[in-house]
Amino acid sequence: MKAAIVVFPGSNRERDAVAALEAASGTKPYLVWHRDTELPKVDLIVVPGGFSYGDYLRSGAMAAHSPIMREVKARADQGVRVLGVCNGFQIITEAGLLPGALMRNGALKFVCRVQHLRVENTDSPFTAKYAKGQIVRYPVAHGDGNYWTDAETVKRLDGEGQVAFRYVADETRADPRGNPNGSASDIAGIFNAKRTVLGLMPHPEDAVEGLHGNTDGKPMFDGLVEALS
Amino acid sequence: MTAEATRAQERPVTLELAREFGLSEAEYKNALEILGRVPTFTEMGIISVMWSEHCSYKSSKRWLKTLPTTGPQVICGPGENAGVVDIGDGDTVIFKMESHNHPSYIEPYQGAATGVGGILRDVFTMGARPIANMNALRFGSPDHPKTRHLVAGVVSGIGGYGNCVGVPTVGGETNFHAAYNGNILVNAMTVGVAKADRIFYSAAAGVGNSVVYVGSKTGRDGIHGATMASAEFTEDSEEKRPTVQVGDPFTEKLLIEACLELMATDAVVAIQDMGAAGLTSSAVEMAGKGGLGIELTLDTLPMREEAMTPYEIMLSESQERMLFILKPGREEVARAIFDKWELDFAVIGTLTDSGNLVIKMYGETWCDMPIAPVSNAAPEYDRPWEPTPVANEVPDSVFDGYSLPLGDALEKLFACPDLASKRWIWEQYDSLVGGDTRFMSGQADAAVVRVPGQTKAVAITTDCTPRYCLADPVRGGAQAVAEAWRNLSAVGALPLAITDNMNFGNPEKPRIMGQFVGAVQGIAQACVALDFPVVSGNVSLYNETNGEAILPTPAIGAVGTLPDAMIAVGIAFQQEGDVILAIGDSGSHIGQSLFLREILGREEGPPPPVDLAVERRNGEFVRGLIHAGLVASSHDVADGGLIVTIAEMALASGIGAHLPALDNAHPRALFGEDQARYVLAVRPDAVAAVQEKAKAAGVPVTVLGETRGAALSTGSGEIVTIKRLKDVNEGWLPTYMSAEL
Repeated sequence: MKAAIVVFPGSNRERDAVAALEAASGTKPYLVWHRDTELPKVDLIVVPGGFSYGDYLRSGAMAAHSPIMREVKARADQGVRVLGVCNGFQIITEAGLLPGALMRNGALKFVCRVQHLRVENTDSPFTAKYAKGQIVRYPVAHGDGNYWTDAETVKRLDGEGQVAFRYVADETRADPRGNPNGSASDIAGIFNAKRTVLGLMPHPEDAVEGLHGNTDGKPMFDGLVEALS
Repeated sequence: MTAEATRAQERPVTLELAREFGLSEAEYKNALEILGRVPTFTEMGIISVMWSEHCSYKSSKRWLKTLPTTGPQVICGPGENAGVVDIGDGDTVIFKMESHNHPSYIEPYQGAATGVGGILRDVFTMGARPIANMNALRFGSPDHPKTRHLVAGVVSGIGGYGNCVGVPTVGGETNFHAAYNGNILVNAMTVGVAKADRIFYSAAAGVGNSVVYVGSKTGRDGIHGATMASAEFTEDSEEKRPTVQVGDPFTEKLLIEACLELMATDAVVAIQDMGAAGLTSSAVEMAGKGGLGIELTLDTLPMREEAMTPYEIMLSESQERMLFILKPGREEVARAIFDKWELDFAVIGTLTDSGNLVIKMYGETWCDMPIAPVSNAAPEYDRPWEPTPVANEVPDSVFDGYSLPLGDALEKLFACPDLASKRWIWEQYDSLVGGDTRFMSGQADAAVVRVPGQTKAVAITTDCTPRYCLADPVRGGAQAVAEAWRNLSAVGALPLAITDNMNFGNPEKPRIMGQFVGAVQGIAQACVALDFPVVSGNVSLYNETNGEAILPTPAIGAVGTLPDAMIAVGIAFQQEGDVILAIGDSGSHIGQSLFLREILGREEGPPPPVDLAVERRNGEFVRGLIHAGLVASSHDVADGGLIVTIAEMALASGIGAHLPALDNAHPRALFGEDQARYVLAVRPDAVAAVQEKAKAAGVPVTVLGETRGAALSTGSGEIVTIKRLKDVNEGWLPTYMSAEL
């Protein structure tokens, strides 16, 4: 699998994504600078976390209009898989690859913690290695993760299998809290209609090795490598 | 803007103006003597910041010189932007802690945010990629009307800056005490890593080389910030809000990447960030260290406000700015990198052989004075000081009538602001970005962060117990260093070196100066005994409001190293059936303990004695056990004593402890804060090996019991459930912060 990571001024989790992709695929991903207008031929495009352009306007809003995003959209239309994590989720949503919007966290505070999620749909290369309904733990680290869309769209997303992950509470764990940001219907991540594009707030790339305390994010990268190699 | 318009804004230079700028009459007269004339307005401003307490360390220098600063591991000690320590394989760790107290009290969000920004720059200026931030915070009493607002603003500011620049904030400490009601402490620490052959210093070299300005544009923010930081607070300090700078973490992130990219080329001769006293201090320090002169022409300097005067530009503390000296002909290489990162870049001057600082603008010269004589004449005072009287030991009679059930005492302690969980704070910090965080503090006695791309790791802690320092500054200073050393040892790290952030009141008062001198003496003793030199630091004096001083707070930031991040051990119990061991002598010292303050309502007695030889012996023993793979969980005994240490290990895991050895134990044994002690949990089959090694090392080891169930218990029954302690421990801060600001 060949992957490209798009780097904007203010991206800061691109190194985490490089490490996770390289560990899973054995190949270093390309780093593509935001001013570039062309992408190398790749099977996967990752838009990483961070604070692109400082997130001073609205999270992801500036980056969504950078030259490279036109190319990302064109590749996504051709079926190239796109993964947007955290700020990347905000950017690809602002760019119109996914429905809805990401708003300020309900508690109005940045939140960083390990979060329990339920895998809602496994019919995608991103989630194929998980079991439907499986509870996994990824860290979250964001201030604007409050996913919003109207009730009708939530219903449609659910009906069409576009909800990828939901925040859940886990009473059996030391930290049983659920939804960290007040998102609609506890949504943590969604697919596009063809399930070739995934956007999510939690960070699977920070849960891939023993040092991270859990490896629940590893199956996502392993699944992508398996499907796209 | 013209020269005439500039002149119209200037004021006549008189003793009165010098006083307003924070200089004494003697200092003003000295300036006249050095120049042989009356300084210009711009020169007066420059001299006043160069001679401010903040920049000149005039009250503290005499004592700081007595600290040990060398060792085989030290590559660069105090005097540069940050200290540099060898961690083997050609790698170094570069770190420093710095205060941003006064600005954070006046404008908590921006004050704390720019504190983080400033310390980050100190570290990446030297060529290091920052890998971790820590902070040591002291707030006033929770009952004080401003405390909630200050906590909210400071935490949000630290997070807002650190999260955006993508450096994980991996921990620190937060205390509350009424002595900080009018003067909080915000001490921020950054740790970075660099290759030993890619370290950059600030000494300028090469007459004719270009002086290059990069980063943000210069505005009128923070003018005379260094002067503010060198004065006591009064009720009208709110009026000083305009001297607080505004941070832009996005620009800082770009600046980190651009500077590191430029440093990977061969273009850089020297680099210095513009921190306190802005362009003045960076230009003077670079030229001064190089024994050269520097001539700046400010017309092309990037400005974000119109009609700025040379005085304003030289004293502005606008953030996210750097000064480079480049090799001849390398300007375009550098310009291309800063263009890529969309940062301002301007050649604003050259190095000269005159030895003078020359400032030109609008076709005229506004400053032309010799650097060395002015720098060297920065005052150095031997201020009078009084030692702190020794406190009497706490008599046994304080326990007369004490009959609180142990569970109730623990509940009370775990709900007190100093011990309460700070989750509400640290969840606002991105502690994981970079993917190298093994432990943040709280999970282990020190944070453990892997060196990017390698298996080895850096362990980091910040420590200080101000109530100890107030009662006995010498012992308190030594204890702060010893506890930092112990916290590093408790995770299995080899302690390397410290940075000291000395926060004290007004040094012109002999009692306060005595606290400072005592703390330095204590720190020096501990550093020598533990081979733990001071490689960087910062002094913040005049932490007083309306004549009331803070508790003496010599915050110690310390760094150690581990050959493999996965060797490190945290505090949480790992499984039921592990044997719980106490390392060190049993507790007896109750003076200045949390128990005495929170349960018996008395703040008295001396702090616990610090026996540095025992400290070293016990710490080396514990580190050896961890490296031998014999330890499942490890926690040093600190605030609250032995029983609180064990309870914290239980709370971190949800696994309880059965402790028959503590049946009917005296409160001194349970809550005494004697030093050089640890609690370990080990697998049953490791106990014999541990005991054998202990015997060989002469270290006392006591079997206390085993990990079991979901409560703490002794032979005579249950003490308290973990859930009960956890509820009060996790509950205090969120409940407190949920009230109206």
